[in-house]
Parts: sequence; structure tokens; C-alpha cells
Amino acid sequence: MIHSLFLINNAGDIFLEKHWKSVISRSVCDYFFEAQEKAMEPDNVPPVIRTPHHYLINIYRDKIFFVSVIQTEVPPLFVIEFLHRVAEMFQDYFGDCSEVAIKDNVVIVYELLEEMLDNGFPLATESNILKELIKPPTILRSMVNSITGSSNVGETLPTGQLSTVPWRRAGVKYTNNEAYFDVVEEIDAILDKSGTTVFAEIQGVIDACVKLSGMPDLTLSFMNPRLLDDVSFHPCVRFKRWESERVLSFIPPDGNFRLMSYHVNAQNLVAIPVYVRQNISFFESGSSGRLDITLGPKQTMGKTVECVVVTVHMPKVVLNANLTATQGNYTYDPVTKILVWDIGKLNQQKLPNLKGSLSLQSGAPKPEENPSLNIDLKIQQLAISGLKVNRLDMYGEKYKPFKGVKYVTKVFR
Amino acid sequence: ETNKLYCTSVKCCIFELKAELNSDKKEKKKEAVKKVIASMTVGKDVSALFPDVVNCMQTDNLELKKLVYLYLMNYAKSQPDMAIMAVNTFVKDCEDPNPLIRALAVRTMGCIRVDKITEYLCEPLRKCLKDEDPYVRKTAAVCVAKLHDINAQLVEDQGFLDTLKDLISDSNPMVVANAVAALSEISESHPNCNLLDLNPQSINKLLTALNECTEWGQIFILDCLANYTPRDDRESQSICERVTPRLSHANSAVVLSAVKVLMKFMEMLPKDLDYYGTLLKKLAPPLVTLLSAEPELQYVALRNINLIVQKRPEILKHEMKVFFVKYNDPIYVKLEKLDIMIRLASQANIAQVLAELKEYATEVDVDFVRKAVRAIGRCAIKVEQSAERCVSTLLDLIQTKVNYVVQEAIVVIKDIFRKYPNKYESVIATLCENLDSLDEPEARAAMIWIVGEYAERIDNADELLESFLEGFHDESTQVTTQQNTQVLHKHTQNTPDSDNPDLRDRGYIYWRLLSTDPVAAKEVVLAEKPLISEETDLIEPTLLEELICHIGSLASVYHKPPNAFVEGSRGVQHKRLPARTASGESAESPDAGQSVGGVSDAPPAVIPSQGDLLGDLLNLDLAPPSASVPVVPASMQMGVDLLGGGLDSLVGLHRPSGSQYLSGDIGGSPIAVGLAGGTGGMPAGLGGTPAMGGGLGDLFDLGGGVGMATGSYVPPKAVWLPAMKAKGLEISGTFARRGGGIHMDLSLTNNAMSIMTDFAIQFNRNSFGLAPAGPLQVLTPLAQNQTIDVSLPLNTNGPIMKMEPLNNLQVAVKNNIDVFYFSCQYPISLLFVEDGKMDRQVFLATWKDIPSENETQYQIKDFHLNSDAASTKLQGSNVFTVAKRTVDAQDLLYQSIKLTNGIWALAELRIQSITPNYMLALKCRAPEVSQYICQCYELLLRN
Repeated sequence: MIHSLFLINNAGDIFLEKHWKSVISRSVCDYFFEAQEKAMEPDNVPPVIRTPHHYLINIYRDKIFFVSVIQTEVPPLFVIEFLHRVAEMFQDYFGDCSEVAIKDNVVIVYELLEEMLDNGFPLATESNILKELIKPPTILRSMVNSITGSSNVGETLPTGQLSTVPWRRAGVKYTNNEAYFDVVEEIDAILDKSGTTVFAEIQGVIDACVKLSGMPDLTLSFMNPRLLDDVSFHPCVRFKRWESERVLSFIPPDGNFRLMSYHVNAQNLVAIPVYVRQNISFFESGSSGRLDITLGPKQTMGKTVECVVVTVHMPKVVLNANLTATQGNYTYDPVTKILVWDIGKLNQQKLPNLKGSLSLQSGAPKPEENPSLNIDLKIQQLAISGLKVNRLDMYGEKYKPFKGVKYVTKVFR
Repeated sequence: ETNKLYCTSVKCCIFELKAELNSDKKEKKKEAVKKVIASMTVGKDVSALFPDVVNCMQTDNLELKKLVYLYLMNYAKSQPDMAIMAVNTFVKDCEDPNPLIRALAVRTMGCIRVDKITEYLCEPLRKCLKDEDPYVRKTAAVCVAKLHDINAQLVEDQGFLDTLKDLISDSNPMVVANAVAALSEISESHPNCNLLDLNPQSINKLLTALNECTEWGQIFILDCLANYTPRDDRESQSICERVTPRLSHANSAVVLSAVKVLMKFMEMLPKDLDYYGTLLKKLAPPLVTLLSAEPELQYVALRNINLIVQKRPEILKHEMKVFFVKYNDPIYVKLEKLDIMIRLASQANIAQVLAELKEYATEVDVDFVRKAVRAIGRCAIKVEQSAERCVSTLLDLIQTKVNYVVQEAIVVIKDIFRKYPNKYESVIATLCENLDSLDEPEARAAMIWIVGEYAERIDNADELLESFLEGFHDESTQVTTQQNTQVLHKHTQNTPDSDNPDLRDRGYIYWRLLSTDPVAAKEVVLAEKPLISEETDLIEPTLLEELICHIGSLASVYHKPPNAFVEGSRGVQHKRLPARTASGESAESPDAGQSVGGVSDAPPAVIPSQGDLLGDLLNLDLAPPSASVPVVPASMQMGVDLLGGGLDSLVGLHRPSGSQYLSGDIGGSPIAVGLAGGTGGMPAGLGGTPAMGGGLGDLFDLGGGVGMATGSYVPPKAVWLPAMKAKGLEISGTFARRGGGIHMDLSLTNNAMSIMTDFAIQFNRNSFGLAPAGPLQVLTPLAQNQTIDVSLPLNTNGPIMKMEPLNNLQVAVKNNIDVFYFSCQYPISLLFVEDGKMDRQVFLATWKDIPSENETQYQIKDFHLNSDAASTKLQGSNVFTVAKRTVDAQDLLYQSIKLTNGIWALAELRIQSITPNYMLALKCRAPEVSQYICQCYELLLRN
């Protein structure tokens, strides 16, 4: 199982180490540094590194390498999932998962790591349970603690640990009982020059923020559950009921959690919310080119398209761009050759247009390929797949909760 | 400022901290301990504070207690005597009314790796394993694994393993999951004892717990389930049905472990079953979902999908698009995706794939671009209809003049030419234009091949080859061999004067060939090339099967079996996919049962109780049980199958003595050269697939004519322990394999003046885990001058340690007088098992798969025995002849051997009727054993 963990920053300093079995010398990280050097970029460091006596399995999150040391055959995904859980827990406890935050809270970090693994076996990884065992730091609490001498470690057995709903703590109490669900969809699509979809998929998640007292048993149903054929659920979701009735039935964890994620990749179901007319041409003679891009809304079901940003990776020979935008601002970075056009809201009446000339390196051959365009955008109040929540029912508790569902569609790369 | 514990200077700390730790104020104490922990976490040595910190342990403040425990775990090892001070508190805490404290105490005690503490741990642990609170029980279960790691014998003696097994039927799912996890970890260091005794009842319990335990517990249980072999297809289906919901879990490790179970159990389902189709359909979406996770997870998922796609391409055949590379994917994800794209490429999607690949070939990353170009070539070879399009795409890429793109493209075009001869020679002109820019050996070699091959269509071929010849001495072997061959193609005589002996010999052979019989030479060198096979990098089927059983593990990431041979102290069993058994049929499947569950044998016999003394004295193995990672053979890339079997018969007709070299050369590809140089041409015959091997199939006509086994060879008894050295006890002995069992036959002689009694024997750890299977049976006392013969049955379940030499065995024998040590060597043929006959096809594939570095050559001189007699003789000792062929008055025997630890050795024995020398070529994934097997061959044949 997981033997040791080293946290390493971008500069190659090991700023924290934790061993769950015998102590392994930090020199084992030399193999990691070797791989890091080879990879050039931190993102490209291979996740599994073999050394003569150990395996190093690592993830790169928030500019920190989480490097775990493995001695026996352990499923690598198991380790990677766990490391992500550690990073999330830091984020959850300290507000951000940075070297500074970890160093400032080093004892809590150590206590947390000790609680999360025993002998390399995961022990408590649910945020609900950990927070009962080790209270997150707050300014108020550290003040109160220092006055009253009380501690930030729970004295009783976390109730969730052994119940059949290990993700929920007992005795939750709120004055305002509320449950919010965010349906967030991201489109990933590739269109060719003529605007035909080459590839499109929707990656959706339902994130929940549930603040309900007691042990509420919720049922969430959809208008069109058939859209969802490729799903993965939070452990709280009763899979049997989903299989038979296509409803999500669950006792929720307390607080924020990801209820489910899904994937829609049937091409015909993916509607692209905008269209682009673009013409980028380079002249054979002379060192110039023309650029003309127009964007328009399409299939937005009456919702406004916001935060529209067009990014173009220009060929190396493009020295500068002299353009006019009817809406928004554009910048061209001659070093990275990236043209960014920040449009903002998409106007239905007056379509935004960017037009003008490009100056090229003189004497260089005319670029062969047309540059590709990246478009980022966001649509509030719309799940582009058409997924709609029908109703949310609560059983097991008497009070009336406040319920809300929000939809967002994003296109970001 | 309580949060700023990150003290940077060490010196200031220790002294101040000591004072604070001994303060009367609770609060101050706690802060001090926190500072100590903070220093510890960043790797500062604060062990000097040990007594002061331990003093803070007796407290009712849980946080303080936890902090002290953290400290203890870190430093107890370095201060064992001090650590004893803590024992009392631990024992007391194990009785605490608060289950949290009980669990914490037992958990922490297990982490303190000090022998003396472990003694005290046993009683509290026993209580905690039966605690009324499941939280304590589940913590105690893990503690057994910890203790086992420190002192395995203790755990066995105290009966903790049985208690742990009982916990599998615990009412609490978390306890079940932890017990499974602990047992799995323990059994990893005990590969042969069947700790997880899986039967339908226990499986049912595991499946129930699966639904209710945490995500991590689910992983342990699923991995454990994967080791079970269902009795029939009905049971298999019902397990699959209960596992499929896990495919929708948010934790990707759970998903992949579920996929492993399903992939394995599916093997047992009849293909025409409706459920089989349903299951196939259910497997695709979760695999696709894994690809939208974080890149590290994607990487592991892709490595596994690569295996799944090879085993069952139908699952993902419609999902090509999800493997398209995204520009912000890390390079390791990109390369894996590319691999899978090629595997999935088919006529239906080839246009799309090619468009993508062309796009990739213009990216920045050199490795990725090269691989993309190669991929285009692979597509051409795999999907014939696309070949033309691929070639034109490659030509476009050559036009870019990007140096490494051009070189890569030329290499793959050569392969395309080989697959589709005489089809695309119109592009040769374009290729020739780029001659000057080629500076990589592989590209140059490819270009020379093309020029030589299509010499008559290139006007100035002579000139071009001439230009390559100028740099003859500077070229790498790859290029020069290619030049040699191709220059010959042009019948340009080239006087060989190179320094490389291989090269020179080959040159001479060509030269002589040319000077004596130009017609024959033409026939030989210009003979039709064997076609290039479609998919050259498929994993060998047996290996693939094994890897499928290891989905989700490190083995699946490296695509290598988790063989922990010799080097590793932990043996790993070979896993195999279960054979299909219908519910009606007999459920007997001893083979599968054994390979999966392991042999359930009594634990290695210990010395009879009065021999306790010996246990202590026999401290042969001082080395701590170091857990080293399984060592797997280094390189396993498959040589491209280029060698034609059909050729060597042709060659053989003309020039018997040269055939060995030539058959290797004619393949005409750079890779062929590597093989021919090292192996003397032997794999050439095997390399050709039967279809192109020109009737190679009927050469393998051995059938059952091997004759009866005559019993294995037993070396004569030798004196192992002279009486002088052993106070009058003389021991001579030998090893024998009888009826599938291993025996050590001993003669004990008493040369002393008094009678000897109380005999016992023990082995040190050894390379193959040989251990006595029972006590040494010397029933009557041994009187003066009496000799007694004893046969001691052995098994191979003992602890493993690499010995030097490998077959060395250190033995301790005890009697009423003293303990005596000696060492002896056993013939490795002792370990050849009865089911060592390999299937022919598997033999072919395995032979090809084992890299040529792992080949050993051996000569047995002055030996006159025909091949049949030799074969019979060897078979007696479990060396099985898989096939036999006769070429030019020499018999070639292809033989397989399997060792007790599952290692296979493949051999080619060449018996010439003219000379009395046998040639033995041996290939084995663990080349360490080759030498010993070769010695055994000689021994077996001569006796």
C-alpha cells in the first residue's frame, strides 16, 4: 500500500514528508527529479516512475507535486485517486492548496494525513468525517482555543465512520434548510472550416450544496433521464433505483459535493450554441494577410451567450495584426503568436466582427494551414444537452427545505 | 501566533522546546509538541526530545495524545529502549471505554516497529480483534498486517491469521473490507499459502459487503474477487451482475477494478448468451468516462485500455473519437492515445484517423510527431484500402522538409513497400531527393534498402549506393549490414575488409557465393521477401491473458508480468484467465484453481518442538525481509517478424554451411540483422508464420512419438558432510524427482562412539524456495557404525532468496550432539515440472517474444546419440520436445521446460549427424537460470 508521501514544489524542494510505514529516505525522490528534468514541463512528468526498489506515483496539483512511494503491487489508480483526495482535502481545509497554506498548517496537515491512511490503507477520506475528527482552522477557533484551552481534535468517534452512510455526519442542524443543485455542462467540440461538427461531446456534472438538518432522504428526478447513459455517481446514490426507475435517490453528505458526472457524446444531441464565419487568408505576394471573423448565436434557446473569447494561434510568420473589432477588445502577442479577442456578451441584433490586416515576416513563405480558432463561452440558465431537473422530493424529515437548481453551459479549453 | 509553527532554525529549537515540553501548563505543552511535530515533518531531527515528548503521553487530551503518538511512530525505531516506556500507556489505552482511544492505541502500537513492543502488542491485539465496536475491529485487522510485516512468524504462531480470516464473515462491511485488504497484503509475501480461501459462501459475503463499504474497501474486495475462479458460467454471470453497478462509481480505481473482474469472468460466459452482449455494451461507457478525468488517471486508464482493446476490440470499436489527442494533453497521454488509435483503426474510420494523424505530424513535440508519422505507416499496413492515402500523406509530410519528419517518413515508407511490393514505386524519386538530409542510421538503412530493392527502376542506383559506401567505416552496424546486402543486390562486388567480424563474415559469404555460383547467389539474395505482418506490436497472447488478470495494477501500466523471480523476495503467481466451464459440466478445474488460488499446502514444516534451540541457532538468514519490487525482464519489444521460413530451405539446397547466416540476412530489414548476428539463424525458421513458411507446418511433425518417460535422472550420492566436521556424523545424499515430487535422499552414518538421536533438518532460504515438506523421519536412534537411508520429501513453498550459485542450498542438521551446517547443490532439473510441455503456437510466439539478449548458446561436445534417443532421455526429466524438424542432415529439437516457480525456458537443440557436437540455444525470460539449465542438459544427456 502507500508507503510514504513527499510534497515537492516547482523549485524541487521537498517541503513535507510523511511515512505510513518505515521511514524511506528522501533520496528516493532523486529518481523523481531526474524524470522531472527530462519532462521539461511539470505537466509532462510521467505519473508512474519506476526505481530499482520502489515505484513513485505522483500527481501535479496547484504547483505542487504529490509524490507517493509504493513498495508492493498496488493499483496505481488507487494511489492517484487518493492523492487527489489529499489535495482536495487541503483545499477544503485551508481554502487553497498551496505551499504557503500547507506550511502554515503543518500540524493539521500531519494530523490529516495520519487520519486518512493507516499502514497505507485509506481510513477516513470523506471530508464530513475528517472535519469531525479534526476541526478546520479558523481565526475564531484558534482564538477561542487559546483562551479556553480546548482542542481542535474531536473526542468522540465520528458517527459516520461505521454507519451505512459513512459520508454523512450525524446531528446536522440548520435553521435555514436549503438544497442547491448546479447542472454544469462543458462542451468540447471541433468544427471544420465550413462549420460542420467533426467532434463534439458534453461533459456534465451536477454539483450540490445541501444544508439540510437530520437525515434527509432525497429523490431527484429528471424530465429526460434518457439523455444520461454514461454516468458516474457519488457513493451515496442508490444505483438500483437509478437502474430501475431512472431517479437519483440518496442521503446526501452535508455541504458541498459532486452528486454525479455524465457524458453525452452522441453527436446529434450536441448542439453547438454559436456559429463562426471566418476568413483568414495570406497573400502569395507581399507580406500581408487578411482576417475577418464574425460570430453569431445559434440554438441558445433564447438565452444570452456570455464571456465569449476567441483565441487564434497564428502561424509563426505573422508579425503583427492591425484589426478593428465592432465589439470587445483584441490583443495580439507577437511573441506567443496568440490573438485574443474578448467579446463579452453576444449581441443578437448586431453580430460582433473582427476585421483587418495581418503583417507577415517579409520573404517568408506563405503559411500553408489556416490557423485554428478556439472559442470560450458561457451560457447561464441553460444545459446545452437539454437535461432538465423535474423535481426534488425529500423524505425522512418533516421540515420544508428551500430548493434551487441552476444550469450553466461552458465552453472552455 | 499558533499557526506559525514553521520554525526555520534548528539550534534555537531543541533547547527551548525541551523547557516548554516540561512546562506545567497543559496549553504550553501542547504547543510545544506541535512545534516538535512541525520540525519533524520537514525532516529536522528532533529525536533528542524523545523522553520529554513521551512524558506528555499520559494525558486525557486526545489531541495531545495523537500528537505524541505521531512523534512516537517516527522515532521509536531509533530509540527502542525509550519506546518501551510508552508500552504501559498503550496497554492501558487498549482497555479504555472510548473506542476511539482503543483503536488509536492498537493502531499506533502496530506502527512502532520495535521488537520488544510487538511482544506486548499480541494480547491487546487479540482483544481488539474481538472488540464489540466494529471501528476497533477494523483497525485491529490492519494491525495484523502491520505486525506481519515486522514479525511474520509471531503472527502465525499467535493464530492471528485465522482470526483475520474469520473477520471476512464479520457483520460490518468495513471490517470485512479491511480484513480482505490485510489478508491480500499478507499473502503477497506468502505467495504459496492460500490465505484468502475463496468459496461460493465467502464470495457471497464479499459481494454483500461490496455494496455497503467505502470506495477503498470496494477496491480491495474487487481485487480479491478477481482471484476467484467461478465454478461455472452461471456463477460467473451472477457475480458479474452484482459487480456491474460499480462501473458507475465516481472513483476511477473502483471502476477499473470492476472492469478487471468483468473482463476475467466474461471469459467463462458463452458468447451466444444475451447477457454476454449486454455486458460488452456496459463496459464501453465507463472506460470512456475515465478519459475525462485528470491526466494522471487518464494515463493509467489508457495503458489498461490498450490491453482491453487487444483482448476485446469490439468493446471500444465505435469510440475512436475519444482517443483523439487534445492539444493540452500531457505528452504521456498523447503518446498512449496514439497507440490506441492505431489499434482501433479500421476501414470504417480510417479517413478520420488519417486526418488527425496528419494534424499531429505538424505539432511541436518531436517524440509525438515521430510517433504520429509512424502511426500513419502502421495504418497503411493495417488497413490496405488506406495505403494509397497514407503514402500520399507521407509524401506531403516529406515535402515539409522538416528533418526528423522526413527521416521517420522514409522508415515507414520502407515498411509499406515491404507490405505492398511493387505498388508505390512512383514515389521513389521524391525519396531520393532527400537522400542527403538523412543522418539517422535507421532512416539511412531504410533508404539503402529501398534503393537496392528497386535498383532497376532507379537510373543512378549505383551512384546512390556508391555515395553511401563512402562512409562505410563510419556507419553503424545497422546501416552497414543493410549496405552489404543491398550492394550485393546490385551485384557490385565489395571486398570485405570491415572490422566487425559479423559484417566481414557476411561479406565473405556473399562474396564467395558470388564468385562460385552467381546463379545461386541471385536466387538467394533476390529471393522473394517475406511479407511484413500486419500488427507487429501485439502483446503475446499468454502474456496478454496474464495482464488482463492484472488490470489496474502496476503490471498493467508496464505491460509486463509481475514476475518476481529470484531477485524479488516475494513470489508472484501467474494468473490465467479461467477456461469456460458450463454449469452442466464437471466443475473440476484443477489447473485454474491452482493458478489462481494457490496451492493450499500445510505451512512449511517446522522443526519438532524439542528442536526450538535449533530455531535460534539456525540464524542463517540475517538479512531482513527486504521487500523489493518485482524484477521484470528489461526489454520486451517484439522483433518485427521479418524472417522468412521459406527461405532457408531454398538456401539449404545450395549451401548447407552458409545457410545459417544467410537465412537471417535475407529478411532484408535492419531488425533482421540483429537477430541473425546473435542467434545463428535459428529463429529464422521459427519466425516465419506457417503460411509463408513454405510448409514449415509439416516440419513440426513430432506428434506423440516421443516414447515413454524413463524416469528422471538422479545423480549419485555424494558426501555432503564428512564425519570429521560433524562430530562423527557423516551425511551423503542426492536429490531426486519422483512421481512429481521432489525428494532429498540422505544416508546418515554414525562414526562416533555414542548413539545419535533427535534428528531434525532445516534449510536456509534459497533461490527456489525449497523447503522440507515434513520432518526428517529418523525413527530409531542411530547406533555406532550404523547407516540409515532417509528420503525427505521437499516442496517449493519456502522463503525465497537468491543464492550464489543459484542452485546452492544451505542445510542445517541437528542431532542430540550439536547442530551442523553444510551446503550442497542440486541439479536444476529437479525443478522441471511435469506439465512443462508448451503448445507449439505458444512456443513460437514466446520464442519470438523473448529478446535475443536473453539467449544462451552452449555446446555439448563429443556426444553420440540420435535425436530420438536424446529426446526420450530428456523427456524423462521433464524436458519436453515440442517440435522436431530436420534440415540438411541435422535434427533440430524445439523443447520447453517449466520450472516450479512458473518460469519457462525454451530450447533449440541442434544435433548434427556429421559432428559429434550438440548445439544448444536457450531462451528464457529469466536469463539467470539459463546457465544452470545448460549444465543440466549435459548432465541429463550423458547419464
